[in-house]
Amino acid sequence: MEEALIVLEHVDAGYPGTVILEDVSLEIKRGEVFILLGGSGCGKSTIMKHMIGLNPVLAGKLTLAGLEWTAKNRAALCRKIGVMYQSGALFGSMTCLQNVMLPMEEFTRLSRKERREKALRLLDDVELADAADKMPNEISGGMRKRVAIARAMALDPEVVFLDEPSAGLDPITSSALDDLILKLRREKGMTFVVVTHELSSIFKIGDRAAMFDKARRGLIALGTPQALRDTCEDGFVRKFFNRGEIHG
Amino acid sequence: MGFFASIGLAAHERLKALWESFAFLGETVVSAFVVFVRPGQFRFRDAALAFQRATFDGLPIAAGIGFLLGVILAFQSAAALKMFGVEVYVADLLTIGLFRELGPLVTAIILAGRSGSAFAAEIGTMKVNEEVDALTTMGLAPVRFLVLPRIAAVVLAMPILTILSELAGLVGGAIVLQLMNVPTVVFWSHVSSTSTFFMIAFGLVKAAIFGLLVGLIGCSAGMRTKSTADGVGVAATSAVVGGIVAIAITDGILAVLCYAWSL
Repeated sequence: MEEALIVLEHVDAGYPGTVILEDVSLEIKRGEVFILLGGSGCGKSTIMKHMIGLNPVLAGKLTLAGLEWTAKNRAALCRKIGVMYQSGALFGSMTCLQNVMLPMEEFTRLSRKERREKALRLLDDVELADAADKMPNEISGGMRKRVAIARAMALDPEVVFLDEPSAGLDPITSSALDDLILKLRREKGMTFVVVTHELSSIFKIGDRAAMFDKARRGLIALGTPQALRDTCEDGFVRKFFNRGEIHG
Repeated sequence: MGFFASIGLAAHERLKALWESFAFLGETVVSAFVVFVRPGQFRFRDAALAFQRATFDGLPIAAGIGFLLGVILAFQSAAALKMFGVEVYVADLLTIGLFRELGPLVTAIILAGRSGSAFAAEIGTMKVNEEVDALTTMGLAPVRFLVLPRIAAVVLAMPILTILSELAGLVGGAIVLQLMNVPTVVFWSHVSSTSTFFMIAFGLVKAAIFGLLVGLIGCSAGMRTKSTADGVGVAATSAVVGGIVAIAITDGILAVLCYAWSL
């Protein structure tokens, strides 16, 4: 049986004073592409923020590679994760290459030359070696997201989190980004946790998916995207897959 | 919402902001201590960039305002002193006024408008664009990465800008007195005899304290930026207003302390 990399046990997700999701329990296995699904405002990005240690869980237990997000474990856990934010979140004052080199500069003992070579290799992996010396505002939104993926992989993390990778992209660029995720998973064996509500992406890249519902404030379905679409009896899930995204 | 509920909500918001400011201050002090112990963790390149922006880019306006301040003070005071035939003492007045009080104060207000608002807008935009979150998830403390270099830059920049602004003010005063037939050499001789090392040093220490306030308040406003349409604008405004108020209050406290200790 595959090892569970991220485990949520009876987790309440939200912010102090505001519970968005209650009693969420799920496991994300090493090497899979796991999709967090749901309508707008259902809490899928919130639960991702708990997984990446930005906000503490309100109740329950969340472990990543067996460790909880405590002050003591933070440094170790930060090295196990890479995150691509919705906007890319590249540092505007640095070139694409410097953005990718930054985590290595802080956390590795690689020489400047080695850091540069590795960053160029990562940019090549995301097919953006030509953009190394460009500033983030000189490249397109899709390219920024690719650079952000390269930066997320700089420390060879165990899991990469992608927050709405397709948001703001045309279908062709979005599909190319999906291909890139599949390529990276195939070549590097990484685990991906993807927050999205793009049906085409869900079926193309997702091994398993968890569906959340704002009204019921919880996890309502868990399984492969095909199983959720074809066999799930839940009305909300059926509506989601038949009609696309549901705005909450 | 009822009257009392809205008052309670407003008070709660203010207390929350105050609490966040104290938490930010505490985090900054701890980070500064860590960087002091391990200087390798300090982002010297970012500090140099912020220093360049604060000093070289702010120099024309600081010197320009300082010069005009000197001209205005000289004209205004000369009119009164001329009645007694002692307009040459304008030099003494300018020296004491600029070195002790107006030089640091006016330069700090300029810095609050330029660098304080720029810090709030830069960090605020980074917050809205999730760059601050990206730093956190990379394991890089945003305070060490974004705040400390900027604070160090303005603390160093303020005394430099202040002294240049004061010199520009004295040049302005010298020109005015030259027009009133007071020889420049006499003007500078009065400046030299009136100014003391303590006076200049006190003004520069005050300038560094004002720089610290501008940096802290600007960065704190940036870190508290909300992800709303006007979030960055509100942060920049609060950095300028908060900075000027803090400078005025601190200046008042220092003036009282100087009086009490007969400095």
